[in-house]
Amino acid sequence: MMESYDVIVIGGGPAGLAAAVKAKELGLETLLLDENEFLGGILPQCIHPGFGIHYFKEELTGPEFAHRFIEKIKDVGVRYQTSTYVLNIENYSDLEKKIVFSSPKGIKEVWTKTVIYAAGARERHAFEIGIVGDRVAGIYTAGEAQTLMDIYGIMPGKEIVIVGSGDVGLIMARRFALEGAKVKAVIELMPYPGGLARNVMILRDFNIPLYLSHKVVEVRGRARVEKIKVVKVDENLKEIPKSEFWIDADTLLISAGLVPNVKLLQRIGVEIDPSTGGPIVNELLETTVPGIFVAGNALLINDLVDYVAEQGELAAFGAKEFIENEGIPSKRWIKLENGQNIRLLAPHYLSGERDVYVYARVSTPMENVKIVFPEIKKELRFPILRPAEMLRIRLRAEEIRRAEKKITMEAIPQ
Amino acid sequence: MKRIKVAIIGAGISGASIARVLSRYDNLEVHLIEKNSDVGWGVTKANTALIHGGYDDDPKKFPLRAKLCIQGNRIWHQWVKELEIPHIWNGALIVALTEDDFDELETLLERGIKNGVPEMRIVDKEEALSLEPGLNPKALGGLWIPIVGQIGPIPAVVAMVENAVSNGVKLHLETEVKGIKVENGEVKGIETNNGLIDADIVINAAGLYADEISKMVGIDYFEIHPRKGEYWIFDEDVPGPRRVLFPTPTPISKGVVVTTEISGHLMIGPNAQDLPKEEKENLATTMEGLNEVWEKAKKIWPNLPPKSKVIRTFAGLRPEPSGGDFIIKAEEEVYGFINVAGIRSPGLTSAPAIAYEVKEIIECDLGITLTEKSHWNPYRRDITHFFMTPREEANRLIATNNSYGKIVCKCNKVSEGDILEAIERMKFIGVKTPSIDSVKVRTKATSGTCQGTFCKVRIVQILAREYKVEPWKVTLKGKGSEIGVGDVKVLLRRAS
Ligand SMILES: Cc1cc2nc3c(=O)[nH]c(=O)nc-3n(C[C@H](O)[C@H](O)[C@H](O)COP(=O)(O)OP(=O)(O)OC[C@H]3O[C@@H](n4cnc5c(N)ncnc54)[C@H](O)[C@@H]3O)c2cc1C
Repeated sequence: MMESYDVIVIGGGPAGLAAAVKAKELGLETLLLDENEFLGGILPQCIHPGFGIHYFKEELTGPEFAHRFIEKIKDVGVRYQTSTYVLNIENYSDLEKKIVFSSPKGIKEVWTKTVIYAAGARERHAFEIGIVGDRVAGIYTAGEAQTLMDIYGIMPGKEIVIVGSGDVGLIMARRFALEGAKVKAVIELMPYPGGLARNVMILRDFNIPLYLSHKVVEVRGRARVEKIKVVKVDENLKEIPKSEFWIDADTLLISAGLVPNVKLLQRIGVEIDPSTGGPIVNELLETTVPGIFVAGNALLINDLVDYVAEQGELAAFGAKEFIENEGIPSKRWIKLENGQNIRLLAPHYLSGERDVYVYARVSTPMENVKIVFPEIKKELRFPILRPAEMLRIRLRAEEIRRAEKKITMEAIPQ
Repeated sequence: MKRIKVAIIGAGISGASIARVLSRYDNLEVHLIEKNSDVGWGVTKANTALIHGGYDDDPKKFPLRAKLCIQGNRIWHQWVKELEIPHIWNGALIVALTEDDFDELETLLERGIKNGVPEMRIVDKEEALSLEPGLNPKALGGLWIPIVGQIGPIPAVVAMVENAVSNGVKLHLETEVKGIKVENGEVKGIETNNGLIDADIVINAAGLYADEISKMVGIDYFEIHPRKGEYWIFDEDVPGPRRVLFPTPTPISKGVVVTTEISGHLMIGPNAQDLPKEEKENLATTMEGLNEVWEKAKKIWPNLPPKSKVIRTFAGLRPEPSGGDFIIKAEEEVYGFINVAGIRSPGLTSAPAIAYEVKEIIECDLGITLTEKSHWNPYRRDITHFFMTPREEANRLIATNNSYGKIVCKCNKVSEGDILEAIERMKFIGVKTPSIDSVKVRTKATSGTCQGTFCKVRIVQILAREYKVEPWKVTLKGKGSEIGVGDVKVLLRRAS
C-alpha cells in the first residue's frame, strides 16, 4: 500500500516549516519534503540580523530563525525528509494528489489530500536582465555569492559591482565590504533605491557609491570579469546616448529580483498572476487547482520572513478546512483587484467570512499616500510608500462583505 | 613494427573526428593536442548545431564543402548511434516570404539534386503551414529538406574523444602548439608549452588559428578571419517550431534560423558580422547583433516570447578562410603536414567526411599503407542522464549508489550520480583542471532556466572533492576562471 498523508508540504524554508508545524498542530498527518540536505531554505545563508521581529518579537539572524522552527518541527513531530526532490505533482482528482519524488532512497510516490507548495523563488540572472558581452567567471547572483561565502566559506572576488539596490544587494554590499573586498558601486535602474531605508544606510557607512537611474549593460573580460559598462537611463528607463562609462572590477553581482518558482504548479494547470509571478489564490491561499495551497516566495516575493511564516500557517488552516469539507465550500467570491499604483497583490479572492491580510506593493514610491478600497469605502493614510516595502493590510470580514463583486485597491495622493 | 606518429592539432569537431577515424589503424600512434583544458571549446562550442542538408554549396565554387556536407550528413546517422550522441532528425524548411524567394529555392533545389541530396521538394503554403503551424501565416511556401538534423556539438566531440582514447589515442590537454619542427622538408614534431612531441605527420585542425599553425611550417597562402554569429535561447516552456526554419538565404549567409534545439529550448540566430583578423577571441555578445537576430527571426516566427523568457545569449566565431572553401590537403612543400583549415559552416556536418578525407590523403598523398586493428571498438556508451532514465532503472541505480537519487541541477534534473560519471569520464580522457563547463556539457547541469544559480555552487563542491582541490580553485571554464579568490577571510589576511 502506498503511503498517504493529509498534507504534503513541498519546501523546508520558513513558509514550509511554519506550514508543517501548524498542520501537525491542527492534527493533520503531515510530511515535509526538501531538496536540500538541510532544512531552512535560504535562511542558513542569511547570517545578518533582521529576521523574526514580528513573529518572535526579537531580532534574529536567518540561521537562528530557521533553528527555532526546526526545533518546533521536531517538538511537534512532523515527518520530514531532506535531499528529496519533487519531480512531479499529479492531480489525480480534486480530493487526491500523487507526489513523485526522488531521494537517496529511490524514486517514490505518495498520496496526499492536500499540498502546501512552499518552494520559494529563484533569482533573476544576467541574461534575463539583458546584459551582453563576455560569458566569463565572476558573474554571480547575490544569493549565489551568499551561498558561496556563508555556507561554503569561499570568497568570490575582490572588486565588486552590484546590480540592484534591493535589500539583498545592499546586504551583500556590506558583507563584501566586511570581508575586505572593495565594493566599487551599486547600480540601480530606478531613480530611487530598492531596499529598506535602514539597508540603504549601509552604503553611506561603507562609502559605496550608489548610481540611481543607471544600468549595467555589458561585461568584458577574458576568463574572468575585467570591466563593466554602465549607462544612464532617462525617466522611461531608456538608455541615454553617450552616457556610458566603464568600471574596472573582477566580480559582478546580480541582485535584480526574484521570480516565484512555480514550474511544477504550472504543469498541472495552476493559473499564474502575471504581476506577482505566483499563483492566483483565494484567502486561504488555495490555488486554482483544488487542494493545492501556496505560501511564501512561491506565492509572491516577500521582504519579511515573518509574513512568509504567516502565509505558511494560513495555508495549513486552508488545508484543514479543505480536508474537513472535502474541498473548500463554494462561495460567492469577491475579487480583489489592483488599481492605480498598486503593482501586485494577493490574495485575489475574498469571501467576507473572515478577516484577511492583503499583501501588496506599490509601483512607484509616493509620499502622503492614501490606500483606498473604493467599493468598501476604506481608506488608510501613509506618509510614504515604496515598492521595496510590502504592505500588509487587514480587511475585516464585515468590510469585505460591503462589496458586491469586487474590491479595488489603489494608492493615490492624499 | 614501427608505428607512424600522428599529431592532430585541435580537439574540435574536426580534430576529434580525425582522431576517431585514425584510431582504427594499427600502424598509427595518434596524439590529439589541445590548448584548452577540455575538448570542443573552440569554434565547435558555439554554433547552430545543425546537420545541414548539403544543398547550400555550389560545387563549382566550393567543391569540398559541397561534397563533404552531404557525405557528412549521411555518416552522422551512423555515428550518433555508435557513439550515443544526442541528436534529432527533424528536417528543415526554408521559408519563402515573397514570390521572388521561390527563384532562390529553385536554385537550391537544383543544387541539391546536383550534390546528391535526397528527398528535397518545394512545398506550397498549405503544406508549409501544416509542417510548421507556428510559422508566419504570410509565408507563401518553402523548400522542405527532411534529412536535416541537429546534434549536441560538444557532446559529439566528447563522445568521439572518449571513443578515440579507448582505442589508444593520447589526448594532450592544456598543451599549446608554439612551433613545428621541420627538417629536410619533413615534419619531425611539434613544439608545445609542455615540450616537444615527436610526429611524422602533423594534422592542422586548429580552427580559427589554422592559418597561424600553417605559417609555422612556412605555408601562408590563406588567412582565417572570424565571422561572429549571435544567438538567443529561451526557457523551455516557450513553444518553438518542430522543424528547423530558415529564411531564404542571401549570397553571404544562410540567415537567422529559428529552431527548437535538442534540449527543447527555442533558439534563434545567428547573424553574421565580420571581425578584424586579430579578434579571434572576441566572443562577446552585442546589443546590435542580438537585436538584428531578433528582428530577422520575427519575420519567420512572429510569436517571439517576451525578453524575460531569455535564459541565455551567446556568440560563436566562424573561421572564414580566404577563398571560402575548406582547405584539406597534404601540403607538398612540407612532407607530413596536412591542413584541415577554414572549416567554417557546414564544418560540424562535414566533420566525419573530413576525417575520412584525411585518412585518404594519408594513404594516397603520403603513400602510407594503413593496417586495421583487429579489435577496434566503434562504440561508446553515454553517461547516465537521470532525466532520461525510466523510473525502474533509476531505482535500480539508486539502490546501488544513492547519489543517483540526489538531484543537483533542478531545472534539468541532473543527479549527483550523473555528475560523478561525468567527472570519471573527464579523468579518463585526461581533463586536469576541474571546471563547471566540463560538467555542463556532459550532463546539462547549469544550462536550464536558472542558469546554475542554484546548482553551480554544489557542483563546485563535488568537483573540489573529486579532484581534491580547494573549492575556490574549481574553474568556470579553465585556468583564469576560478570560482573564487580564496576562503572568506583571505582578503583580510592579505590586508593585515
Ligand atoms: C555561429 C556559427 C554557426 C555554425 N553553424 C553550423 C551548423 O549549424 N552546422 C554546421 O555544420 N556547422 C556550423 N558551423 C561551423 C562549425 O561550427 C565549424 O565548422 C566547426 O565547429 C569547426 O570545428 P574545428 O574542429 O575545425 O575547429 P575548432 O572547434 O575551433 O577546433 C580547433 C581546436 O584547436 C585548438 N587550437 C587552436 N590553436 C591551437 C594551438 N596552437 N595549440 C593547440 N590547440 C590549438 C582550439 O583550442 C580548438 O579547440 C557554425 C559555426 C559558427 C561559428
